[in-house]
Amino acid sequence: MGWKRKDLLSLQDLEAAEIRDVLDTAGSMKEIATREIKKVPTLRGKTVVNLFFEASTRTRTSFEIAGKWLSADVVNFSASGSSAEKGESLLDTAKNIEAMSPDVVVVRHKASGAPALLARHLRCAVVNAGDGAHEHPTQGLLDLLTIREKKGHLEGLSVAIVGDITHSRVARSDIHGMKKMGITVTVAGPPTLIPPACQELGVKVSHRLEEAIAHADVIVMLRLQHERMESGLIPSLREYSRVWGLSLDKLKHCRPDVLIMHPGPVNRGVELSPEVADSRYSVILDQVTNGVAVRMAVLYLLAGSQPA
Amino acid sequence: MTSREKAQVLDDTALDRALTRIAHEIVEQAGGEGVALVGIKTRGVTLAERIAEKIAGIEGTRPPVGALDITLYRDDLRLKAEQPAVRGTEIPFPIKGRTVVLVDDVLFTGRTIRAAMDALMDLGRPRIIRLAVLVDRGHRELPIRPDYIGKNLPTSRRESVAVMLREHDGVDRVVIQEPTDS
Amino acid sequence: MSLLIRQGRVVDPASRIDGVQDVLVVDGRIGTVGPGLRAPQGTQVIDAAGKVVCPGFIDIHVHLREPGFEYKETVASGTRAAAAGGFTAVACMANTVPVNDNRAVTDYILAKARVEGVVRVYAIGAVTRGLRGEQLAEMAEQAEAGCVAFSDDGRCVMNAALYRRAMEYALPFGTPLISHAEDCHLAHGGVMHEGFVSTDLGLTGQPAAAEDVMVARDIVLAELTGAHVHIAHLSTAGAVRLVRDGKARGVRVTAEVTPHHLLLTDEAVRDYDPNTKMQPPLRSNRDVEAVLEGLLDGTIDCVATDHAPHALSEKEGEFAEAASGVVGLETAVPLLLDRLVRPGRLDLSTFVARMSSGPARVLGLPGGSLAPGAAADITILDLERPFTVDPAAFHSRSRNTPFRGVTGTGAPIMTIVGGTVVTP
Repeated sequence: MGWKRKDLLSLQDLEAAEIRDVLDTAGSMKEIATREIKKVPTLRGKTVVNLFFEASTRTRTSFEIAGKWLSADVVNFSASGSSAEKGESLLDTAKNIEAMSPDVVVVRHKASGAPALLARHLRCAVVNAGDGAHEHPTQGLLDLLTIREKKGHLEGLSVAIVGDITHSRVARSDIHGMKKMGITVTVAGPPTLIPPACQELGVKVSHRLEEAIAHADVIVMLRLQHERMESGLIPSLREYSRVWGLSLDKLKHCRPDVLIMHPGPVNRGVELSPEVADSRYSVILDQVTNGVAVRMAVLYLLAGSQPA
Repeated sequence: MTSREKAQVLDDTALDRALTRIAHEIVEQAGGEGVALVGIKTRGVTLAERIAEKIAGIEGTRPPVGALDITLYRDDLRLKAEQPAVRGTEIPFPIKGRTVVLVDDVLFTGRTIRAAMDALMDLGRPRIIRLAVLVDRGHRELPIRPDYIGKNLPTSRRESVAVMLREHDGVDRVVIQEPTDS
Repeated sequence: MSLLIRQGRVVDPASRIDGVQDVLVVDGRIGTVGPGLRAPQGTQVIDAAGKVVCPGFIDIHVHLREPGFEYKETVASGTRAAAAGGFTAVACMANTVPVNDNRAVTDYILAKARVEGVVRVYAIGAVTRGLRGEQLAEMAEQAEAGCVAFSDDGRCVMNAALYRRAMEYALPFGTPLISHAEDCHLAHGGVMHEGFVSTDLGLTGQPAAAEDVMVARDIVLAELTGAHVHIAHLSTAGAVRLVRDGKARGVRVTAEVTPHHLLLTDEAVRDYDPNTKMQPPLRSNRDVEAVLEGLLDGTIDCVATDHAPHALSEKEGEFAEAASGVVGLETAVPLLLDRLVRPGRLDLSTFVARMSSGPARVLGLPGGSLAPGAAADITILDLERPFTVDPAAFHSRSRNTPFRGVTGTGAPIMTIVGGTVVTP
């Protein structure tokens, strides 16, 4: 099937066949990374704007490399703070960017729904690079690509997502993407970090780490933001890490071929012990590599879906 | 748009004979040493594999065969309603300093070959690039000329040439098709 | 000067009238209601055959935004919107700038209303100075100046001791306290209803419990003080239950519900349209069913729009940062007629009662019936008139409605205040 969407806003929107399409395309893109000259002319003359309202060096760099390897002109536009603080509304900023005729705008914003708002108002393609606690679709896709590479397939696998589910856009994209690809998902964390009616997303909810990871083929450990402690959702990092952090000891009860993933940046010693982060189970760096391939695939597919 | 078969141009024996001839010409002209075959996906790869087998029969050694996906090098991407699928390039040998024979099924406007040459150049610097095609149907839009031709086939622009191969289509034959809606 | 409204179906629940009658208005007051009335010389005659003639509708919860936010709404534009929407009177909340927490501001608003107001305007004073929840406002003087109720609407008076004192202090004026029931700690950061949709959208939710605990507290305090507490924009099944129970026990508690809480659920938020953002937020389907049930059985006394105008720039950005509130004056009657009355989910008589006599009783206002001698405030409806919600045609200065483009059947066609037709 062909790609027909103008924007990539969420994995909830996508059909399984579309996800497969992106993963297959990304798989082909990986070859380019192995070349001496890492560049193909595909998006020559196309302009990609990284419109980041929230700092994220990793995601921005990943999109930047992806665009550059495809020969697109990549421009970074960082706008920090809320629209109220800087006195220019999100739409005004976006319309200014659009006046410079980009082909793809990659948006990171702390407000859930901001990319959807831009997509409604901009003619160019919009890629959601993370919006609030809503979705981070390219992260979800790169997680799927990594799992498929390591396990050879997706259907029938079992994944545990552990940590602050409530505030995690990665968790939501993972859940939607994985469910569509036939993966069984369990989310686990202290009840204060599990969002209301979470099981209606089609996942199992567990309040015990050991139970959640016992039979998992893959464990996705989420980053714990320090402000969760300040807002009273957990008593202390120390306690969180003891109860919800993954150590080699806790891994003993897991499948011997379990994969550990993390969207980064890792709080070593909080959600992952350093030994686990560097262990043979960890595929965290493969995720980073696959991130570029997935973003190349997304830019390629979206840049071609535009009116000629 | 549907099309119907107008004429068969090559049957299985003729197709095999054409590939044998191309194999011999490659050996004669380029010598066995250092030659590599790179097929353009999808049927070009199958043809390259078959030619490599024939060269192995003649020379005793089988030249390496690679597969090239030229999707990322096309010059018509934005003319399409949706992006064509990227199928991946697999060339598991260095091409630097080599004689590379590009293999494709049908040579038409020459744009695919242009893209293929660009793609090859990005992968390294071959000493020589040559071009082998099973069918040359004319109508070139770029100054590109094949070195090895299975069959010259004058066609009209509205016709199409279908190369069918056992591996994909269960039969070896080449036919000319024309649209039925006329 | 007299006016004869002929052959309309008069629906006046307060007088137990529902039938085709004529209404004769003399000198701004209802003269006679009966069949085949004769018009004195020089009487203006309105043919209301096939139409519904009701006591003027009263909206006891609007934000006219003046003084301070005239770019959103003014007394003039807001009352024009009210007249267009079939309302003959409105009561405006105190969260202006300066806040209506003293006599001077009340006087200003009421003076504006006398000069520029198209319908009757009642003022609601603040409970605490600056709506800060720290110190009582000068309620006695404000009551003298004409405030008909007191409310910090937009904010909840979190300090229970202070709120208790406010209730006690207001007892001699006979004015209710109107509660914006929202525990600000439970609701903290929540931009929509907490539930599956908030989880799905990645927006911070506020639980229904944030409303319920405050409604419970206020009922308890009303019981303690003997004061009349009125729950503004009641939106949860739990709050309906609490009010129903409170009334059954004889507590002086009343409640209102907005059209949007009767008609929309949190599913409406799905495309992050800030026009679906309001306080309290759009709730679950269960809550919507419960508030309708409460409206039917009288647990909820009236409909009030919580008309909350905002400029486009405050309503077109990120959902989490957009202003809360929707306009309602010009959409309430048509939408309720089409969505609730027409399908038979709310009978016409109850609807009229909750729009007229209900709100009048809550605030102790005149009006709400067509009894002879009453001020001739009359709303005429055409149950067969098709409508399309077109914000560009609003008389309000603001256009923030989640109902843009909605079509239906049934609309107000004429608004009469004190015997004068004021329909814009």
